[in-house]
Amino acid sequence: MGYFNNIRETIRTIFEGMAITASHLVREPYTVQYPDRIDLPIQDTLPFRYRGLLDVDLEICTGCLACERACPIDCIVIEAEKNKQTKEMILRRFDIDLAKCMYCGLCSEPCPTGSIHHTPEFEGADYSLESMVRRFVKAPIPAYKPTKGPETDPEIAPLLTRGLRYLDEFASPGDSK
Amino acid sequence: MQQLADSLLQTGFLQGVPTEAGYALVIAFFAFVLLNFIMLIAGVTSWLERRVWARIQSRVGPNRVGPQGVIQWLADGIKNIMKEDIVPAEADRPLFKAAPYLAMMGFFATFAVIPFGDGLVVADLNVGVLYITAVTALVVVGILMAGWASNNKWALLGGIRSAAQIISYEIPAGIAVITVVLFTGSLSMQTIIRAQGWAPWDWFLFANPFLCIASFIFFVSALAEGNRTPFDLPEAESELVAGAFTEYSGLRNLLFFLVEWGNLYVIGALYTTMFLGGWQIPPITEQPVIQGALQFATFFAKSYFLVFVAMWIRGTLPRVRVDQLMTLCWKYLVPITFANLIGAMIWFVLFPNGLAIMRFAMFALGVAVTIYFFSRILFHLRRARPRLRLNPIS
Repeated sequence: MGYFNNIRETIRTIFEGMAITASHLVREPYTVQYPDRIDLPIQDTLPFRYRGLLDVDLEICTGCLACERACPIDCIVIEAEKNKQTKEMILRRFDIDLAKCMYCGLCSEPCPTGSIHHTPEFEGADYSLESMVRRFVKAPIPAYKPTKGPETDPEIAPLLTRGLRYLDEFASPGDSK
Repeated sequence: MQQLADSLLQTGFLQGVPTEAGYALVIAFFAFVLLNFIMLIAGVTSWLERRVWARIQSRVGPNRVGPQGVIQWLADGIKNIMKEDIVPAEADRPLFKAAPYLAMMGFFATFAVIPFGDGLVVADLNVGVLYITAVTALVVVGILMAGWASNNKWALLGGIRSAAQIISYEIPAGIAVITVVLFTGSLSMQTIIRAQGWAPWDWFLFANPFLCIASFIFFVSALAEGNRTPFDLPEAESELVAGAFTEYSGLRNLLFFLVEWGNLYVIGALYTTMFLGGWQIPPITEQPVIQGALQFATFFAKSYFLVFVAMWIRGTLPRVRVDQLMTLCWKYLVPITFANLIGAMIWFVLFPNGLAIMRFAMFALGVAVTIYFFSRILFHLRRARPRLRLNPIS
């Protein structure tokens, strides 16, 4: 009797399935058509570790080149040199080619201070490849030198806190929000 | 239409024109009107399908071009027309170029006999239904030709699948049509409609159980013939890129999609003609213009409802496999439809004039099934998590 059972089951399941899809037809859509805005900016609704466009907090960059070495496709180019007299690292160039970047996040993992990190910003479309290269160093600046004990500079402390939180969440995702 | 042409030639502004030239003019005029009509239908259907499908999947769908995206199809059409018409280097050029027009011809020719109203039909052929079955088979030639001429393995596979599918499903569809013809004694579309009435219990859908089964078989087979989901194997994106249309671009690609969406309307119109009483309206007015408009509106509403059902099925059912497709046709639909035909014959011998009580019983059953169906929809709505919003505009 498998034959007639098949027919019965076909009719029953299609009947039920059509009822389910008809009920979906009158429900509100889950999604929002892309350029339409929701109450909050979309960026604010994304998780802290969302892998959007890369950003660098130059104030806390130590110039260690860990990110440059970690990048599998060499989209990060850093030029740093040591000042002979002051024994200070000077950053001459910090470029990220966002056209090449594949948002793997490997660069932000080895960063000691959380200086290089992904932002929730994702709307990076542009008209030319050249403009996709982000040049962070405008003029040569000294690299950050970690202090012993807690950071006291009121301008750098929040950046560092944020960067370390970013690194913490890599180590144990989902603990803090 | 011939009467119209004759009267125009004798009295109207075509006076003095040679008879053949006058006929040709009238034919060209009707062809132009119908072509524009189906372009509009196919275009709006393509947009509506995307919206309906999106809402079934809890998405929004195209809503940018014009209010709620209603002229999205126009933008798509213009985009397609402006695109380069590429012919692959290894393709069979003449066949490749001719294929879409052949498919288009097979589909467009059906509109000659579709009765939009009592007098609103281009040609009331006495073999109307047979004619439709014959000319829609021309679409297969177009698709198979496209598949072969593209010189591409996916295209060829798609074309062969399409041919196998359409030819197989012609059998249950044809037998289901014969069941109807059995009760009317005529193949003419207008005679089939006149054999029914305006009231639902006078429709062939509820006339007797055999016609009801035939109607479902016809709808399923027609969906398969129109290459619609769940039978859209010829263009299965996940397996065959776009099937027979893989190598097509620009206007030729557009023509194939025009055929696909237009065919949907043809399916609806055929089903309406044979089972839903066509353009029959209650006798409320004698005024010919209003009557004609009402008949057209009735026919259009009924056939477009079936187009909507086809969209709805597309949003519900997954695509079947090739072996399942053939199993469904040869092991289920063909035997059932033959048994159904024999049952219908016996019924016809027993009750040549139909059985009024059966009509009402079938109609009551139909209403009961519809009510149960709506209760199931309400059941699923109560369990729904997203907020209910009956407003179709989102």
